[in-house]
Amino acid sequence: MRYRVGERVRVAARAHEGHHRTPGYLKGKTGTIERAHASFPNPETRAYGGDGLPEQPLYLVGFVQRDVWYGYQGRASDRIYADVFEHWLEEAQ
Amino acid sequence: MLGYDRQMERAVHDRGGWPVDAAIDRSEHELADWELLTDALVGALNREGVMNVDELRRGIESMPPDEYERASYYERWLYSLETVLTEKGMLEPGELDRRLGG
Amino acid sequence: MSEHDHDHPPITDGDEPAAAARVRALEELLVAKGTVRREDVRQMIDWLVSRSPADGARLVARAWIDPEFKERLLGDARAAALELGLDPGPSPVVMAVENTPAVHHMVVCTLCSCYPRALLGPPPDWYKSLSYRSRAVSDPRGVLSEFGVELNDNVELRVLDSTADIRYLVIPIRPAGTQEMNEEQLAALVTRDAMIGLAQPVATTPAPVH
Repeated sequence: MRYRVGERVRVAARAHEGHHRTPGYLKGKTGTIERAHASFPNPETRAYGGDGLPEQPLYLVGFVQRDVWYGYQGRASDRIYADVFEHWLEEAQ
Repeated sequence: MLGYDRQMERAVHDRGGWPVDAAIDRSEHELADWELLTDALVGALNREGVMNVDELRRGIESMPPDEYERASYYERWLYSLETVLTEKGMLEPGELDRRLGG
Repeated sequence: MSEHDHDHPPITDGDEPAAAARVRALEELLVAKGTVRREDVRQMIDWLVSRSPADGARLVARAWIDPEFKERLLGDARAAALELGLDPGPSPVVMAVENTPAVHHMVVCTLCSCYPRALLGPPPDWYKSLSYRSRAVSDPRGVLSEFGVELNDNVELRVLDSTADIRYLVIPIRPAGTQEMNEEQLAALVTRDAMIGLAQPVATTPAPVH
């Protein structure tokens, strides 16, 4: 697993043709590794009849809501989390 | 209304932050027999190794956007079943329609 | 791009939508071809209808009264469910997250409708709706307000978007006034919505028996 808990990471701002599980609202956003899950079969290839191997590392990544949404109506401490695969993450600048 | 990142192109199933005007409809309905059957069929096919959940999702996501938004939840599952099973050669194109007398 | 605030009911012709006859014919076809066995489909239906929030509520009630179990639940909810003889479902990882006076969790699946079905039963229609999937992440306090949950300003709200194979279960706060309750009574207070993060359990006094 490439990233450690507490590390700042950016979700790739990548348009992906076909099935993938990185939501559009998080692409290009910077957050923090909250948890390093195990590795899981890759849904991007499993969705087309592949076996999803090799398994890909998966992380729970947390984001400050105000960093995600322009005009967010909530508290500064509100956060949003999603499970993101390692190949969608980059080191944050 | 809350702004969201319009620069990132979205597929129709990718709903986080999609503009919504109305309150959430909190009414609930018991699953109809055909809906349970659809769910169970997907589960059984998954157990058999015929079609996995990622293929199910991909099939749903391949719906034309207006059809996706018009369809009910299990109508989407059915669309995906037909699409993926036909792709795998487990259904002949038009076979289901012929069986229904269409 | 059209804006829809709710899922449509199936397009109907008579009592049932066209999809009903279609899926029945599909099952018959697949059984005839040997692609799937009818008994397996029936077994799956039996499993689906056996699922309810009662199992999730048992996990929560046990966690409320047994701090060491709670730690095990927080560490590995799948294993904790198995410990109580419950079926955690096919998902390889189930994670329980704990609400406290400082932190409130709420769960959504913006991309489809992922949900800990084995422990909570079928997801409510609103959970699967386009509007919830949209607003739970961008306007969670507004959504909570609609559901009658008002959080204090100092509460950190954490929304969890179930984007992968992990399923999330919320351990709500044990309500005040429940010190005398046993595990069974506590479990009865835990609603499905509370385990998604859209309700907070309250202590209810039983109706007087005449």
